[in-house]
Formats: sequence, C-alpha cells, structure tokens
Amino acid sequence: MTSISPPVQPRSVRSVRRGRGSRVEGRGWLFVAPFLVVFALVFLAPIAYAVWLSLFREQVFFGGTEFVGLDNYAAVLGDGKFWESFLRVLVFLVVQVPVMLGLALVAALAIDSARLHAAGLFRIVIFLPYAVPGVVAALMWGFIYGDHFGLAADLNEWLGRKVVEPLSGDWILASIGNIVTWEFVGYNMLILYSALKVVPHDLYEAAAIDGAGALRTVVSVKLPAIRGALMIATIFSIIGSFQLFNEPNILRSLAPNAISTFYTPNMYAYNLSFGGQQYDYSATVAIVMGVITAVIAYVVQLRGSRKGA
Amino acid sequence: MTTTNSVLKPRRSPVLTAVMALYLVYTLLPLAWLLISATKTQQDLLSTSGLAPGGTFALFDNIGQTFTHDDGIFLRWLGNTLLYVVLGAGGATVLATAAGYGLAKYRFRGRRAVFAVLLGAIAIPGTALAVPTFLMFSNLGLTNTPWAIIIPSLVSPFGLYLVWTYATEAVPDELLEAARIDGAGEVRIFLTVTLRLLLPGVVTVALFAVVSTWNNYFLPLIMLSEPDWYPLTVGLNQWSAQASGVGAQPIYHLVVTGSLITIVPLVIAFLLLQRFWQSGLTAGSVKQ
Repeated sequence: MTSISPPVQPRSVRSVRRGRGSRVEGRGWLFVAPFLVVFALVFLAPIAYAVWLSLFREQVFFGGTEFVGLDNYAAVLGDGKFWESFLRVLVFLVVQVPVMLGLALVAALAIDSARLHAAGLFRIVIFLPYAVPGVVAALMWGFIYGDHFGLAADLNEWLGRKVVEPLSGDWILASIGNIVTWEFVGYNMLILYSALKVVPHDLYEAAAIDGAGALRTVVSVKLPAIRGALMIATIFSIIGSFQLFNEPNILRSLAPNAISTFYTPNMYAYNLSFGGQQYDYSATVAIVMGVITAVIAYVVQLRGSRKGA
Repeated sequence: MTTTNSVLKPRRSPVLTAVMALYLVYTLLPLAWLLISATKTQQDLLSTSGLAPGGTFALFDNIGQTFTHDDGIFLRWLGNTLLYVVLGAGGATVLATAAGYGLAKYRFRGRRAVFAVLLGAIAIPGTALAVPTFLMFSNLGLTNTPWAIIIPSLVSPFGLYLVWTYATEAVPDELLEAARIDGAGEVRIFLTVTLRLLLPGVVTVALFAVVSTWNNYFLPLIMLSEPDWYPLTVGLNQWSAQASGVGAQPIYHLVVTGSLITIVPLVIAFLLLQRFWQSGLTAGSVKQ
C-alpha cells in the first residue's frame, strides 16, 4: 500500500471493456485536456520561465540582462541570508510539524474512539480554524499577542510584570508556530479521521478477540491502517513549512525588529523581487527551495511506502 | 461486559472528554476574542480587558463603519472576493471534476504520464511559482486585472486527486456500459449519469476550492497594486498596516470587525454542508 497511487480497477471490468477498442477509451482526453491546458499555463510554464530567468543577471549600471550560466545558483548556495532563512524554517518544521500532527492524531483517535461525549461537536469545532483565512488568523493572533489590547498585555498586567512577550525576538518563532498549529490541526485531524473511519470493523473485532486493549488496538491496528493518510498529512505539512510566508509577513508590521526581510526563504524571494527588483536571483532562490522541498517530500514518501509494504 | 464489547462499544469517558475540551477552549479562544472585540468601540478596545465586554455595545455601529469607511472600499473588496471565488473556485471544480472522472474511467494512452506530472506538481511549493508567474503575467499585461487571480485559481491538483479516487468508487463501469449500449455519447453520459453519483465528491472539492480562493493572500498581494481589485484578505492587511504605520490612522476596530465579517460566510458554508464534505472526504481516503 503506497500513500499515493492511481486507483486501480478490477481486472474483470477491464477485460470486458477492452473489447470496445480504444475509440471510447481515447475519449478520456476530452475530459482531461481542459485541466491540462490550464495546468500547463499556470504550473509548467512558470517553472520553465523561472529556470530560464535563473540563468541571467540584471546589469546594475547598464540595464538589460546578461547570461551568467549557473552563477546565480552558486551565489544562492553561498548566500548567508538564504541559509539563515532555510535553517529557521527547518527548525520550525522539526518542532512545529510533530506537535501539530501529534495533536491532530490524538484528536482524530479520540473522536473515532466513541468514548467522547458530543464527538460531532468536537469534530466540527476543531476543524473550524481551517475556514479562517491565514491573514485573519495572523491579524487576530497578532492583536492577541500585542501590547495594545491583547490578551498577552492583560496577562502581564495581571502577573504584575512582563512575563509573556510573544512579539519579541526570542518568542516570535514559537508565536508563529502557535498560529500555524491553531490553523491546521483541524485540517490534519480531518484527513486522519476520514482514514480511521474506513478501517474495516472486523480488524477491531479480531484484535479484541486476541485480547488487545484500547491502547494496543491503536498501536497495532489503527496506526498501521492509516499510515497512508499520515504520510499525506506529513508531506503537506513539510511543504507548508518550507513555504512559510503569510504569518511572518503579516506579523512583521507588529514586530519589525524581530522579523527580518529574509526571515523565511519565501519572504527572502518575495523581498528580492518586490523590494529589490532582483527578479533573476529571486527566481533562483525559488527554484532551489522548490528542489529541496520536492526531494524531501519524495524521500519521506519513499520511506513511508517502503515501511508500509 | 466482555472484552469484545468494551473495544467495540466502549463507554464514554469523562476524562477524555475533559482533556479534549481543553483543546476546544484553545481553538475557540481567539474566535471568542474576535467576536467580543468586534462589539467594542475603538476606545473600549484599547482600555478594557480582552475578553471582557466594552462599555457600549458597538457591533452594529462597527459593521456600518466598516462598510462605509473610505467610500465603501470594503464592500468593493467583498465583491472582488466573491468574483474570484465564483469564477476561480467554480472553474477549478469543473476542471477537476471532468479531469478526475476522465482519469478514473477511461484507460487512454498517456494516463500514467499525466499521473506522474500531477504528483510532481503537488510536491512543488505553490509560492515558489509566484515570482515567475507574476513576471509572465506582467509580460502578458494581465497583472492588475481579475484574470491574474482567477486563472491560477483554476487548477487544483488536490481536487483532481479527490474526484479521481471518488469516481473510481462511486461510478460503476456497468452503468457507463449500459448507457453506451443505449447509444448515449460520452459527454451526455457524464452530464446525465455521472455527475449525480459524484455529487458528494464535487461538493467537497468545491468547498475546499472556495476556501483556498477566499483565503488567497500571496497571489493577489503580488499581482495587484490597485486597491480597487484587492480581495478582502489583502485589503484587511492594508488597513492593519495603516493602523500601525507611521502617522497611523487608528482603525483597529474596523480591522477587527472586517476580520469577523470575512470569516462568517465560510464558517456558515462549512456548517451547512457538513454532511456532504464529510462523506466526500471519507470516500476519498478509501484508497490511501
């Protein structure tokens, strides 16, 4: 069982249809083509264009661009700002993703366990933050963190001294992690819960007959059964962490000293383009990040499906 | 009670419920703060404690001000967001549904290649494409127009994957065969037979496409410099930046109330369509 694979049709059905020849089967293109055309325009063309751009460099004094081969890539790989931002999202990923997926898994198992009062309420409320735009979530938490009228200010006042400072340099990465966790636990919970719901019930029965308790059933039956869903949730979360942009970009107006213009790779690429007009270099940063993300996502998927085999 | 029963029909646990209730409080706390804050005047917002009510109940006054501030630009942003959602998310749903069905039910040459390309696309960070897409659209003269937001919103690889898995389960081949024997064309079969069976999957894809278009921030941020075309997300952030920038014009109460108004339609949609999207997602996960 791999996590992502094209759905397979039963063989008997296939052999019946083969008799009708490829005329009917060829009609499949009719349905797929419109999607592929737009896909080529907004996915493939920009990738090709970015690769093209990354081979050039703007001339500062003379205008125009000059072909520089792989110089931009060498520059990115030797760029301290790039690596600083990369390490930051890596730390973020290593801490935030396990916390978020752990919470999502516990919530999904609890809701699925039938031991919860009002399980339906829990499911919908925990999912609710997903419907809140990232911008609104960041603004809302930013206010709550803030000194003006936030809950952090209330708490400090109550305690009599400045204990929590979510917008200070030491706290800010954790504060961003909290916003992202708040937003996406419910979404991941839903992916895992949907997978749990279709685990065949006779597996539980068999486990019960073997004398397995609730915890044992979770570890030996439920977790292996939802490995594919866990893998998808993990890959999406890794991609999301590497793309981190909205939350730090919005909090920047509240904490300009704690969040630099190259706080995450994506903010770096954005500010290179729209603050510095260095489009070629910015495209190179984007490609390097894209390749790193794709490789890591691929490795995770490979490891996951090998274990699942 | 035997062991078998305790695993299959466990008793409800107050302890587990209490622990989960703590998480519920964490989830609801910021939303409660937003709701309470939206009822306060600017003065109360700054002077009263976060979760305590203000001196005057100013919710309706705030809503009125949100819609009239700066010549009613908020209403314009709301209209823009609706435009992007209807055309972008609507189009994405149509394209993903047709393509997902085509991939699930026709075994044409090149089907495997399509799958490989899509899988690669999911792994590419969407925002990594943003700068080149902006430059491309800029050359085509599309920036600062609604098309710059709508066209990229039309593609949803995740939606396609969902319909694909859903169609494999929900549309029996025998039914398609029977319709063909009756002489129905492929498009007609799709419109009259398939769509009805796919409905829960399609609603799910539509809902998720609506959320991602409604919540879109990065793309409009780079594509649009003209506030008249902003969606709500970019507009709200602009108000927020105005409130805290140099020579700030304090309109915190408008940012708070505007945020609340931005959330409400999606929350209602999710609550009303619960039955649909939950069954749609469950079927989508059968194959995982």
